[in-house]
Amino acid sequence: MAVHTSQSVASAAGDDLARGRGRGTGKAPGGLRVSTRLRRGVSTHWYAWAMVAPVVAVIGVIIGYPLVRGIYLSLTNANERNVERSIGVNHLPATYEFVGLDNYADALTGDQFLGTLGWTLVWTVSCVSVTFALGLGLANILNRKIAGRSFYRMLLILPWAVPGFVSVFAWRFLYNEDRGFLNKLLAGGGIDAVPWLNDPTMAKFSVIAVNIWLGVPFMMVALLGGLQSIPGEMYEAAEMDGANAWQRFRNITLPGLRSVSTTVILLSTIWTFNMFPVIFLLTRGGPGEATQILVTQAYKFSFEISPRDYAQSSTWGVLILVLLMLFAAVYRRVLRKQGDTW
Amino acid sequence: MVTTAAPEQTANVPRRGRRSPLASVALHATLVVASVIAVFPVLWVFLTSLKPASYATTTDFFKETTFENYTNLLRDTPFLTWFGNSLLIAGLTTLLGVFVAATTGYAVSRFRFPGKRGLMWTLLVTQMFPVAVLIVPIYNIMAGLGLLNRSAGLVITYLTIAVPFCAWMMKGFFDTIPREIDESGMVDGLTPFGTFYRLILPLAKPGLAVTAFYSFITAWGEVAYASAFMVGDENLTLAGGLQKFVNQYGAQWGPMTAASVLIAVPAALVFLFAQRHLVTGMSAGAVKG
Repeated sequence: MAVHTSQSVASAAGDDLARGRGRGTGKAPGGLRVSTRLRRGVSTHWYAWAMVAPVVAVIGVIIGYPLVRGIYLSLTNANERNVERSIGVNHLPATYEFVGLDNYADALTGDQFLGTLGWTLVWTVSCVSVTFALGLGLANILNRKIAGRSFYRMLLILPWAVPGFVSVFAWRFLYNEDRGFLNKLLAGGGIDAVPWLNDPTMAKFSVIAVNIWLGVPFMMVALLGGLQSIPGEMYEAAEMDGANAWQRFRNITLPGLRSVSTTVILLSTIWTFNMFPVIFLLTRGGPGEATQILVTQAYKFSFEISPRDYAQSSTWGVLILVLLMLFAAVYRRVLRKQGDTW
Repeated sequence: MVTTAAPEQTANVPRRGRRSPLASVALHATLVVASVIAVFPVLWVFLTSLKPASYATTTDFFKETTFENYTNLLRDTPFLTWFGNSLLIAGLTTLLGVFVAATTGYAVSRFRFPGKRGLMWTLLVTQMFPVAVLIVPIYNIMAGLGLLNRSAGLVITYLTIAVPFCAWMMKGFFDTIPREIDESGMVDGLTPFGTFYRLILPLAKPGLAVTAFYSFITAWGEVAYASAFMVGDENLTLAGGLQKFVNQYGAQWGPMTAASVLIAVPAALVFLFAQRHLVTGMSAGAVKG
């Protein structure tokens, strides 16, 4: 009993403190001295802090430290030949130098980064929009009373259930130019073999198709969840008022799906932008550099060329992170302007 | 036919007029086409794995059905070693990820404390991290520590993905457990840790299972770090191993398809059971942020 009372009082005080800090601009509430506030904060929140401590420690060590190092590398001219390394028994110290923002200047003024960025945007926008449209359509159909609904649902979810790299190899098998199933099918209809992955333009369509195939089930399931949470009475009321199917979809379904859609679109955009395995395993960015997105190109700089260019790779990595965070911030702001409390 | 017979008693289901038979046919046709597209690539790999390797690229659905691809795969290639590596790495990642992140998910779901906003923001942003930002520094650090090409190195690397994800997702599950349960625990004199361990954790078991499953699948299917960090036949994970069968020098579709089936079947079965909870947890965590 005693524990209970002391804790509820303490947490009430803690809430005040938190709120005061949230609004506060350095003015201590009630004129408390800093040391007092600190002591009070520790005694109130020690268990919450103890609970989050493991994650904070792990994130700090295995994400924070590499991140700082990565940002530092992007400001140097580090590559395979001048980083700290051991050759046999000889230990060679690092000899790379600090070069300031040169790497960023090179990336942002050169053609390669902007060209790759352009294709990455096309890739992301087309994948996300088509995936969303297909997912929405299928979710709408599955939300109706229809025979065999759960059976269809199970089949449609399959691409999500199979590990991604396995499906990508399956597609590579189908796309094979000389002996793949798709070209054999076309040959049966008297159509010439299509270079699915060997022609720059075709390869772009092919990788987008695979990514859509991979992404639709998640969209569909998430949107179906959203659809099922819209109360049926709203449709009845609208029908009573004489709204037709399109008007019901436009004025009930879409607004009802708003919070789910904003979340899945954000997630899906971030995932697609960073979708390494599809490109890497399907085309390795080829033919040439035609299907190379930012992430795979950054990977190529650090692991596939010689000498490995760590500095440039880190620079691209940091730029990708900045772009994504900007996107998330803008997305959030736009939603808030439209009156969403996201 | 099915729909016209819909009785009036199902009034709680939105009734949108009766569907014409033509509309029903169109709906079923759409679903059938979509299902075929969804299933075919996977089914085709399965069917190919049952053909003799020399017939792998024929278009017949069945041709001299045999399990020789499977026996060859298990006998002549290091597939089982890769499988073991993947199992060990993904298992350890999951165990550590869930273990480390569980209390954080609870604290973020229940308490208000200074630094909470910052922590939530960090958990969210770290999930946006492209592999490209961390791969080079982690590679260099692991090289310095002698952990390249070691399972331990890959497990630590995967924790950068698993820990924020598990914390975020478990917050979503803890949010669905009523706060009254915490309060009753407090009344009975439990400390916050006691409440968490003895009351909330047992209730959150399904959520923990789904979180564990999802982080397992993520580690199971990871490609970039595994391809960069692990070399040499005996150290590869499955994602790296499959690349050995299909590369720029040619493709061995026989073992590739058999391996695909063996990798996909267990994952897919568990997934189909877990997926309902999966979306709930993810969107709950994300929407209520």
